[in-house]
Amino acid sequence: MALTWTLTSAFGTRFLALHGLAPWLRWLGGRLLAGAGAVAAISIIVFGATQALPSDPARMVLGPEAPESSVLTLQRQLGLDRPVAEQYLRWAARLVQGDLGSSLDSHVPVLQLVQARAGNSASLLAGVLAVVVPLALGAGCWLALHRDSWFDRKAVSALIALKAIPNFALGIGLVMLFSTTVFRLLPAVSLLEPGRSPWSQPAFLILPLATLALAGLPYLIRLVRSAMIEALDSEYVLAARLRGVTERRVVWTHALPNALIPAIQGLALTLSVLLGGTLIVEVVFTYPGLGSALNAAIEMRDIPVIQAIVLLVAAGVVLINLGADLLTVLLTPKLRTALGAQP
Amino acid sequence: MNAPAKLPQLLASPALAVTDLHVTLDNGADIVSGISFELEAGQVLGLVGESGSGKTTLATALLGHVRKGARIAGGAVNIAGHNILGTDEKTLRGLRGKLVAHVAQDPATALNPLHRLGRVLGETLTQHEPSLEAASRRQRIAQVLQDVGLPSDEEFLRRFPHQLSGGQQQRLLLALAFLPRPALIVLDEPTTALDVTTQARILDTIRRLCESYGAAAIYVSHDLAVVYQLANRVIVLYAGRMVESAPVASLFTRPAHPYTKGLLAAIPDIGKASAPRPIPGHAPGPGARSAGCAFAARCEWRAESCGVEPALDEIGAGHRAACGRPEALASGASIRFIDLPPAPPARAPLLEVRNARAWYGERQVLFDAGLSVAPGECLALVGESGSGKTTFARLVAGLGAQGQADIRYGSALLDLQARSRSAEQRREIQYIFQNPYRALNPRQTIRATLRHVLRHVLPGVRDGDQRIAQVLAKVALPSRVLDSYPAELSGGERQRVAIARALLCEPKLLICDEVTSALDVSVQAAIIELLQQLQADGLAILFVTHNLGVVRSMADRVLVLRHGRVVEEGSTDQVLEQPQHPYTRTLVGDSPSIRAFQPY
Amino acid sequence: MSRGFLRQPQARAGLLLSGIALLAALAGPLFAPHGAADFVGAVYGGPAQGAPLGYDYLGRDVLSRLLLGGWSVVWMAFSSAFLALLAGTVLGLVAAYAGGRTDRTLSWSADVLLAFPNLILVLLVVALLGRDPWLIVLTASLAFVPGVLRLVRSLALGVAEQEFVEAAELLGYPRWHVLLREILPNVLTPLLVHFGSMLSWAVTILSGLSFLGYGVAPPAADWGLMINENRAGLQAQPLAVLAPVLMIVLFALGANLLAEAVARSNAGTEQR
Repeated sequence: MALTWTLTSAFGTRFLALHGLAPWLRWLGGRLLAGAGAVAAISIIVFGATQALPSDPARMVLGPEAPESSVLTLQRQLGLDRPVAEQYLRWAARLVQGDLGSSLDSHVPVLQLVQARAGNSASLLAGVLAVVVPLALGAGCWLALHRDSWFDRKAVSALIALKAIPNFALGIGLVMLFSTTVFRLLPAVSLLEPGRSPWSQPAFLILPLATLALAGLPYLIRLVRSAMIEALDSEYVLAARLRGVTERRVVWTHALPNALIPAIQGLALTLSVLLGGTLIVEVVFTYPGLGSALNAAIEMRDIPVIQAIVLLVAAGVVLINLGADLLTVLLTPKLRTALGAQP
Repeated sequence: MNAPAKLPQLLASPALAVTDLHVTLDNGADIVSGISFELEAGQVLGLVGESGSGKTTLATALLGHVRKGARIAGGAVNIAGHNILGTDEKTLRGLRGKLVAHVAQDPATALNPLHRLGRVLGETLTQHEPSLEAASRRQRIAQVLQDVGLPSDEEFLRRFPHQLSGGQQQRLLLALAFLPRPALIVLDEPTTALDVTTQARILDTIRRLCESYGAAAIYVSHDLAVVYQLANRVIVLYAGRMVESAPVASLFTRPAHPYTKGLLAAIPDIGKASAPRPIPGHAPGPGARSAGCAFAARCEWRAESCGVEPALDEIGAGHRAACGRPEALASGASIRFIDLPPAPPARAPLLEVRNARAWYGERQVLFDAGLSVAPGECLALVGESGSGKTTFARLVAGLGAQGQADIRYGSALLDLQARSRSAEQRREIQYIFQNPYRALNPRQTIRATLRHVLRHVLPGVRDGDQRIAQVLAKVALPSRVLDSYPAELSGGERQRVAIARALLCEPKLLICDEVTSALDVSVQAAIIELLQQLQADGLAILFVTHNLGVVRSMADRVLVLRHGRVVEEGSTDQVLEQPQHPYTRTLVGDSPSIRAFQPY
Repeated sequence: MSRGFLRQPQARAGLLLSGIALLAALAGPLFAPHGAADFVGAVYGGPAQGAPLGYDYLGRDVLSRLLLGGWSVVWMAFSSAFLALLAGTVLGLVAAYAGGRTDRTLSWSADVLLAFPNLILVLLVVALLGRDPWLIVLTASLAFVPGVLRLVRSLALGVAEQEFVEAAELLGYPRWHVLLREILPNVLTPLLVHFGSMLSWAVTILSGLSFLGYGVAPPAADWGLMINENRAGLQAQPLAVLAPVLMIVLFALGANLLAEAVARSNAGTEQR
């Protein structure tokens, strides 16, 4: 991401500087441009994988037994009889206008389909964030403050072991624990009622949320722990201690703010990974979100749906990284002054 | 400047009393032991020692702190009547900063990058004088900032540490230390990272502040010249023990302990050219110290009796030394004064540079600089950090990324990039880097590194291994280093390997970029001695340095650079004794001769 | 590197755990009592004589399928990690050494690819272009290459500005020597650590892929597939799911521990 930043400051800032905008806006504009560029590149990849590469996408969608006439109709429908570049541009143009096409399977407009599911996935991810962030910060700091104690060593080993378990296995394990074998508290399958907010049916949210949280926590906790240890071992903390600053102030106002900065980048990485993990977890729990929709679409070769969801996810990752970079710059005085902004 | 209320000296004096301080590693090995001394208010004590002497450990131990892996095993530290080592954590924290303050060596890392200056200063005062009202707090902060020579306006207080220069950062640390008006300030080599002129000004500030605030100070350093300028009394530390303690005048005119004498003989001084004498061997680290006198293994006066640890005995007024050999104590420091051979008659220069310009990004850092080096001559390129001397040297060597110059080597024009030069030219001009810890590939044995030189620079030679052996002998390294990796060698040894690598190419010109700055005093002497020998053998040397003592002892001619421009040029005697340019005069003035006390 | 490496508990644990999984995966087929498709017992039958892990959802022997089902995951994980290492290292070194436009293009491409959650990328390609094992390996390694590229690039840049590399330039050493003998050896250790993490991650992705049904086709045995096939009977016969999960965890955990051990044992000897 640092590279995209340098790239855009070379071209974004020069462009925007002409307009004399404040350094913040210049930087932000530059990054948005870079992000848009990345999403555009991804759209080419997605388009390529779904429409350009397969030798006969229409045949692929309908299957080998479908009659030739239906294949031809679909081809014309998808615009496959035109040159590839033109196909891409038409597709991109429609996309930008908000026309995501219609599902090949159900003929429902993709936008409608996606909207319903997106809300569910967003709720799930928001819940995960709400759980993971305070937990990682708290546990990471606590472990750092008690480093090398018996508990710390056991905890770190446990986290290493936890990280090695694939997320779908975690999901199944939780189902076994809380739904089927050990306790019978929570539903094994998330049968959310469409139209109602997932938060009003919390029982269905708990297990998928827990699975994703458990998948993301080990890396994040260890990251916060090591960032905190590094801050506590630093020269400026030693200097503060030698000035007689109380240990409490040292931890909260001297060390912790410095540990937050690497933690933010780690959080962005974890979120991006979780976006991918949601797919499998939603399948495990039959949670009606974007992930399971994508899975179904892939199975049915429902190209417009696939394209829309994948692009959405990619745009999401780009936004997350942008947010993380923004936050990092906001929190690091050195970077703020480097931008030329008010420190 | 208003002198704030002085701490009553009539209070439990002395300001500092250390009795038999003993710090060890967790496994029991001694770091420092038997440390006892006293200090009065307003006095400055210089604590001199090289790396491994334990001086930094001693400095923090005075605040009751030791780094992880060490413990305070015994002794007492009494500051203005308060027992430091005996109290609990809570009281100790109250005393730190208020009674005794510590100034760190590297200001860049000692300041929290996220805290504004005003906040840091305010925090200290709130911590130690909570009853102070906001108005008085502001007043005190403004006062101390003025006293250290920093601005005290709102804009400055809102700055972050990275927005200050190195000198300003160090001044801020001083302000932080003096703000609560402690009785004792411990300064751990605070000027090591600074320029000579900045250093001189900061030392001046420290002296003034101690006087007006009535604080006692301990200045830890490896640099005898600095101690000479600042301290009233000096203690020399070796292998964790005090080996000599004296008023500053006595130490420099009549050094007693062989180690002190060795140090003085190892430092090249600006007053008169000398051949620095290295002290053979190296200092033992904690755990490797033998019973008896720790210095015996390296001492030329050692005898049977040195197997028993000598006590720190009084040998003169206020002058104590720990040596059991009267002959050793009585002899003078054996400084080898030399007369540099007269400048060779003017000959066609080996290297001539004209109109050298260089940029660092958008900024120009060299403005039409020029120099010339005759065969066998040593030219010193002198300047402070930011003067462009390293950029200039790198440009000549062929590493200049953004630069232009007309460089003539012999009769041919030299390209700016080393890769575009002829193999012959590359071979004959060699470059030694400042940092010996990064100049060798950590993953290759020394033999491999040297063999690569033979393979790529001198293809076709048959007696490669023999040449390697010869060159190692020349730099006084044993053949066993061939099988070592750089991490197993000391800084001085690594620098010698770098020189050996250069010598293997049979160069005519050696460009040395501050090659002794990263090393201890006694090790520096060995490198300088080696370079002086090479010079006597006819090698031309372009020597980049900020140390005028080295210039006096090695250079035939001197070039002074300031902000990328040549401000003065001439023979060494001329420039150092009758500097013309005001900048040169300041430089020379800020590097006093430590032999000033001694009649020649 | 071997200095002190084996003395670390992480190294030994790592070798042990991954060793068990590897043994089961590689040597397993020799010891499987039954074939992958043989129906030998009751559907979801519990452990019995000759079938210590019970039977799966079609009555096949779990132990046999376990021993037969590791091969595909393991060879594909190693291949994709190794290919990514090779391609990423070459590209990263090139980007670092060449600089300028080459560097910018490569880095930007890496950033774009990185914006894609790995699993989705692989899933997409595999689902639409067919489930040829080499296609899976190639796509998975494609997902890893940007990470390796960025790592190698930043390491190489760090090393390239060290004085001993400048010394090699000054001495006029040929470019290939500078890249291969001066820069590369100093970049190796962090790379090895990253390889361990990649392996562990690859196993997770690949087993996830077969869990979703895009790996080897039934009735072949595959750890990921087994987990999905038998999860309906989790209550009755947990072993059919737990056994393959355990194998995957052992492998991933072992790889991670080995990577950590490599990092620790070299922490001191890299640079002073």
